[in-house]
Amino acid sequence: MRHVISVLVENQFGVLTRIAGMFSSRGFNIDSLAVGETTDPTISRITVVSHGDDQVIEQIIKQLRKLVDVIRVQDLTGESHIERELVLIKVACNKGNRAEIMEIASIFRANIVDVSAGSLVIEAVGAERKIDAMLDLLKPFGVLETARTGSVGLSRGPNALKV
Amino acid sequence: MKATGAQILMDALKKEGVEVVFGFPGGAIIDVFNVLNAPGSPRFVLVRHEQAAGHAADGYARATGKTGVCIVTSGPGATNLATALATAYMDSIPMVAITGQVVSAAIGNDAFQEVDVVGYTRPITKHNYLVKSVEDLPRVLKEAFYIANSGRPGPVVIDFPKDVQQAVLEDYEYPETVDIRSYKPSVEGNMMAIRKAAEAIDRAKKPLLYVGGGANNAVCQELLVRLAEKCQIPCTTTLLGLGAFPETHPYAMEMLGMHGTQYANYAMYNCDCIVAVGARFDDRVTGKLSEFAPNRQDIVHIDIDPSSISKSIKVSVPVVGDCARILPKLLELLEPVERAEWIRQCQDWKASHPLAYKQDDKVIRPQFVIEQLYEIAKGDAIVVTEVGQHQMWTAQHWKFTKPRTFLSSGGLGTMGYGFPAALGAKIAFPDKLVVDIAGDGSFQMNMQELTTAVNENLQVKIVVLNNGCLGMVRQWQEMFYQRNYSGTNLKPVGHEIPPDSPPLEIDYRPDFAKLAEAFGATGLRATRPDEVRPTLEKMIATRNVVIAEFLVEEEENVFPMIPAGAGVRQMMGGMA
Repeated sequence: MRHVISVLVENQFGVLTRIAGMFSSRGFNIDSLAVGETTDPTISRITVVSHGDDQVIEQIIKQLRKLVDVIRVQDLTGESHIERELVLIKVACNKGNRAEIMEIASIFRANIVDVSAGSLVIEAVGAERKIDAMLDLLKPFGVLETARTGSVGLSRGPNALKV
Repeated sequence: MKATGAQILMDALKKEGVEVVFGFPGGAIIDVFNVLNAPGSPRFVLVRHEQAAGHAADGYARATGKTGVCIVTSGPGATNLATALATAYMDSIPMVAITGQVVSAAIGNDAFQEVDVVGYTRPITKHNYLVKSVEDLPRVLKEAFYIANSGRPGPVVIDFPKDVQQAVLEDYEYPETVDIRSYKPSVEGNMMAIRKAAEAIDRAKKPLLYVGGGANNAVCQELLVRLAEKCQIPCTTTLLGLGAFPETHPYAMEMLGMHGTQYANYAMYNCDCIVAVGARFDDRVTGKLSEFAPNRQDIVHIDIDPSSISKSIKVSVPVVGDCARILPKLLELLEPVERAEWIRQCQDWKASHPLAYKQDDKVIRPQFVIEQLYEIAKGDAIVVTEVGQHQMWTAQHWKFTKPRTFLSSGGLGTMGYGFPAALGAKIAFPDKLVVDIAGDGSFQMNMQELTTAVNENLQVKIVVLNNGCLGMVRQWQEMFYQRNYSGTNLKPVGHEIPPDSPPLEIDYRPDFAKLAEAFGATGLRATRPDEVRPTLEKMIATRNVVIAEFLVEEEENVFPMIPAGAGVRQMMGGMA
């Protein structure tokens, strides 16, 4: 099963290697990984999307907690949470289909951030499945390239991961 | 106080109570060596290969429970340390290793003797640091010693650039306390979990204590014996748990697993409740997971490392914390119980399936040497081993009664570990008999340390059980690879040796007796069973580093044996 795991870590060099290294050396999957500083500049939040059975996910969480630089680990999947990913999609277009592509973008509440005679760049934000659905619709026009950030997530409600 | 990075390190070693440092110098650590011989610094032991510095620190740590320390240079010095770090990491041994590093400005430029130490040691250490500024150094040192010997212990590496060793800190003060917000091991154990553990033990008819390295200390031993006696629970130990429970105790089932006793494995197979204390259900213990302890109703697992719990075997009662803190609380909750039938059953297995081998008057059996030594030493020694058949025979035939008296590389299985580790143990206990029981193959992996042993007056005794081959691999080849003895023969059979190579007393190189002499040690050799006892007596009486070589039966195998990936029902032979 797919799990979104939120990890607060010391904002130090080498921390990302420790996390990524732990996953690879123990044979765990990383579907996506996103890192950014928190409001406290000494702390970063890493969001890892992984999949595995319950035992695997339990081990992933325990092994993350075991790393000395890891402050908190939370499996968002078990609770009510929001998940977002940002994607940039460069789609091939021409005079004839530009309007149609823009219409698809607007259905997904995405923005057009670059236009040229032969292409459009769409910026979209959403949960992974929404992005996947939009990409499916755009593929017939010719997706030239994409850049995805990987999912980030937070739990709903006032509860926050405390240090 | 004004101090350079190197001086800060020396001061930290003193403040942390470090009495000995093992190491080897080099260009990138020369500033540290420049103050290492100053008055008041810890004793320094110069090894002959950095791997040995690591193993010696490890042996010192296993024997004492204190943190072992080694100091080496950058690049090859640091990479030579790799095996020792991995060995200590697998067996949870507290160690702080200082590696010199090229000057900060050169890092990443493929400088002379540069290697990415924090990169390569990440998967084989508990934690590591690259010290980028001398301001960070006091905190890093304090944290390193704290991390190494708290929670689940392990090796910590501090990579120490040359310019940081030289840099001056104007207002140096060694921190008195340490607080790492991301590292707070829980030690006390959750009371509700402990209560559940007591309930599980209470309702069990056939509980079995299964004890590992995490409980191999004096405090736990006393508690384990009390628990076993109060609730009539027999006790088996892992390889690293040997000595945690006195093997002379009537409830001792001794070692379990691949080469464990039949009775320990029968007890595990038949028990209805496993009480695991500081053990990690390693594959050499469980064998085939689906056939492991099939009659169990409950597993209570007391361990300081949550990630060890339910890793391979699902545990019904996890208790996270320090065994020494949790066992007293558990004992308090438990009422005395009589389990006479279960105890009798276990003792019957013990009586009917003893460890056995045949000693005739022609060829020395390796087990015989170990038993004779045990008798002569009256069991009072620190026994260190290398890795292979001799290690398993020692684990089986020596009756360990005290914690920290059996030092052996269990997790990583490092040949060459024993001799340097014995040097570390001998430094900690200079008046104790310290014996490295070795195979001829393993001993050759770090025999250069004979120089260290003699020069430092560390009178370690080395028992070389010479079977002329790499016995454990040979055994697998015999049993599972149609006797295809590829690469396991250590004698020059089938090869031409140089025509001018001098003739030897026996057809084996090196001549261990002459080798010993070349290093200033004493060499002894026994070729017949009746020579075993006098040779061992002479070995102990000789006031020198001694290699006592025993020419043993080449085809002797280690039994019992549960083949890798098999279950108890596939156990082979109690009799060689």
